Amino acid sequence: MSGWETVIGLEVHTELRTETKLFCSCANRFGDEPNTNVCPVCLGLPGSLPVLNARAVDYAVRIGVALHCQVQPSIFHRKNYFYPDMPKDYQISQYDLPIDTDGWLELPGGKRVGIERAHLEEDTGKTTHVGGGGRIHDADHSLVDYNRAGVPLVEIVSRPDLRSADEARAYVDELRAILVATGASDGKMEEGSLRVDANVSVRPVGSTAFGTRCEVKNMNSLRSLGRAIDYEVARQVRLVEGGGEVVQETRHWNEAEGHTSSMRSKEEAFDYRYFPEPDLVPVVPDPAWVDGIRAALPAMPAELRRGVAHAAGMAPESDAVVTVVRLGLEPFVTATVAAGADAGLAVRRLANEVASEIGSLANLGPEQFVTLLRMESAGDLTTAQARTVLKDMLTGGGDPAGIAAAHGFEALGGDALEAALDEVVADNADAWARYVAGEDKLQGLFIGRLRGATAGKADLAAAAAILRARRAAGC
Amino acid sequence: MTAVEIAGAVRSGEHSAVEVVEEHLERIARRDGGVHAFLHLTADAALERAAQVDEAVAAGIDPGPLAGVPVALKDNLCTRGVPTTCASRILEGWRPPYDATVVSRLAAAGAVALGKTNLDEFAMGSSTENSAFGPTRNPHDPTRVPGGSSGGSAAAVAAGFAPLALGSDTGGSIRQPAALCGVVGAKPTYGLVSRYGLIAFASSLDQIGPFAETVADAALLLDVIAGHDPADSTSLPSAPPSARAGLDRGVEGLRVGLVTELTTAEGLDPQVVARTREAADALEAAGAKVDEVSVPAAVYGLSAYYLIAPAEASSNLARYDGVRYGLRAPGADITEMYVRTRTEGFGAEVKRRIMLGTYALSAGYYDAYYGKAQKVRTRILEDFDAAYQRFDALLGPTAPGGAFALGAKTTDPLTMYLNDVCTIPSNLAGHPAVSVPYGVDAGGLPLGVQVLAPALGETVMFQVAATLEASR
Ligand SMILES: [Zn+2]
Repeated sequence: MSGWETVIGLEVHTELRTETKLFCSCANRFGDEPNTNVCPVCLGLPGSLPVLNARAVDYAVRIGVALHCQVQPSIFHRKNYFYPDMPKDYQISQYDLPIDTDGWLELPGGKRVGIERAHLEEDTGKTTHVGGGGRIHDADHSLVDYNRAGVPLVEIVSRPDLRSADEARAYVDELRAILVATGASDGKMEEGSLRVDANVSVRPVGSTAFGTRCEVKNMNSLRSLGRAIDYEVARQVRLVEGGGEVVQETRHWNEAEGHTSSMRSKEEAFDYRYFPEPDLVPVVPDPAWVDGIRAALPAMPAELRRGVAHAAGMAPESDAVVTVVRLGLEPFVTATVAAGADAGLAVRRLANEVASEIGSLANLGPEQFVTLLRMESAGDLTTAQARTVLKDMLTGGGDPAGIAAAHGFEALGGDALEAALDEVVADNADAWARYVAGEDKLQGLFIGRLRGATAGKADLAAAAAILRARRAAGC
Repeated sequence: MTAVEIAGAVRSGEHSAVEVVEEHLERIARRDGGVHAFLHLTADAALERAAQVDEAVAAGIDPGPLAGVPVALKDNLCTRGVPTTCASRILEGWRPPYDATVVSRLAAAGAVALGKTNLDEFAMGSSTENSAFGPTRNPHDPTRVPGGSSGGSAAAVAAGFAPLALGSDTGGSIRQPAALCGVVGAKPTYGLVSRYGLIAFASSLDQIGPFAETVADAALLLDVIAGHDPADSTSLPSAPPSARAGLDRGVEGLRVGLVTELTTAEGLDPQVVARTREAADALEAAGAKVDEVSVPAAVYGLSAYYLIAPAEASSNLARYDGVRYGLRAPGADITEMYVRTRTEGFGAEVKRRIMLGTYALSAGYYDAYYGKAQKVRTRILEDFDAAYQRFDALLGPTAPGGAFALGAKTTDPLTMYLNDVCTIPSNLAGHPAVSVPYGVDAGGLPLGVQVLAPALGETVMFQVAATLEASR
């Protein structure tokens, strides 16, 4: 694919975690019996009228603020098209005046991705096609569940600033973390509460004009998003290099077969006949209310990463820092810093041992965690012992001192360590002479022998320091 | 008996609501075969309801300001468990699971609903000939139309089937049939009466309003149904003006403008203009200061209306697709089912307007049609605002002429559309207007004049209307 640059813009739909639907008081709940959370409004019965859910507006404002958008007065439009899971045969959405506009999101690596807009709209019902090929036109019959009809969505549209499948995945991952942090969404892509469509095009490296884009739909995980983009980029490059042209169209990602196929061309695209929704009034958020929401928002992931990185003396984009923040473990770092313990050590333990047992996090209290770090820093436990103790703390709870004692763990340090080293050096006199003469790699041999001789109880970091000091002293 | 008299007599125990209702049902049984005002009667429920009203009175409980008063409901108002068709095949047999807000408010005020009245399909028309279930005839002359689209409600009041009725007015659908049937009909300020449960034609223009034989009865009914409803986002939050507060005040010192564009509109019968001028003279004689006033943009009202209303209708009527309720004409696939259902279910006028509206909203045409029409709407509002700087209320004809013969205008939609030329500007502005019977034409058929007022100007509007009524 050399010589080609990939250009990606993403449209992310997220369901909002409101108690009720966007325009009626039916429960917004996943998994209930079909057509139990419905009323005249969300069934679009004749004569019914929508009334906007204030909490949904609150969440949309939170999302806008978290994405550094302008929160502006907005109106609703009707998007007209026929589909059986859409009860009114139009969707109430926002069009040229969305609630949030012109913001940005910072990827962990520091890159800023532009946010064109974020707007409120209602979800559709769900159709199951029975018989035929499972598609609407050859089904024997179709069943529609309107429980999801009218569930509030926010659609977040990025600018075409992403340049690879990896960046696209990082963007969605970061956006998901932001949505969860605002409380607006549960961010569950697999359950469909977060849905991603990708606009993909390619252009020669160095070109500033955009190539013809295709919109790819139906990716239901970060993995399938990455695969779909990679496939689509390869398809477009192959096409153009073979002398063909990319046709603007909507394409469907087939997860099982690993390819995209044409859904509808630009010519077949719907004319949605947007016009202002006459049943609703403009949404004009009071600036003071928006400021209140801004002030009440918790810290967003990028800010948390900077804080953790600063405390630990690491880079904000380092894997350990990213992992700690993604898993919401930064309160442990905060507790470590408050107790004056080693925050760098804390981040390493959190990003490794704690991350791998994240399901058992409830067993781990910040205080016990900090106590363990202190025992390790003070040399009371070796690194290996500290890891074992931490695993036990996560799986069964309990305090680190008790667990260490039960294992019979105590780090060999001080005079005992010196004595043990004396023995190892005496048993390997030749090697010692070569080590003193400058053969650095032999340090590993002494450490290995020491670990064997002390059954793993030696504080190996302290032992290494003693070895270096003795060599420097020439004895 | 007027509604005011019936309510007074029932509340005092002087009359029984059951007797009142029986009397009206008898009249309907005797005469509605020739009028066809009703599509569906709810006689049993009405008698039951009347008995409850009587029981309440006997128990010393006030049933409300419309105690025992029979009311007819246009069949585009949702009534729980009672067929609601919009006079369309596509909704035949559908029974709403809920009551429109106005229907609930009537019940809470002690009124007794008699049934559902005929209309032009989905309220699209000016003669009630577009009903899928046959036309309504004018009680004054059965060879003539009652006007429309609320022709059934207007005819019901004119025939004495009910002292009160509700209609809906999108471009004149209450006022024009009121004029043609010789009754009072009012379109309130947009947002004064909840639209919840009114089956939408053109949402930004639709407004529910009263029919009655007298101005005082119409005002009483409006006061019962007006007021904020949280179920309708376009319902006005402010306290509603009283329609009855000015009924006895007279018009001494009021400034009334006779709208030039309405008295010179295309196709007006000179007799209508003559009656309007007589009305102006009567107001002057009663102490009002009457002058000519121009509302220049009103002449573009009809054109703007026939873009905005069909555009909204094309979207509002999309839901009648055979999937969930009403008519379903089976097809080999979903598209064929849609097409066959809508082809069989909708009448010619509804299809015409859906096509007009779909076209007006289409990509590439939106700015030239819908966008431009909205600009005209703004201009009309500005011109009315300027007029109301100088006048408390305005005056004009309601309809271009008296009731016309059935079939006279069905072949030419444009001639039919001209019926609304004097009423449409108020809908576009969102302002209230009331039609008051004022004299007759050479054939003895009733004519109406229209009193227009600024937004929430219902008090002064009914004040002027009451004076006109008294001057006849
Ligand atoms: Zn609902």
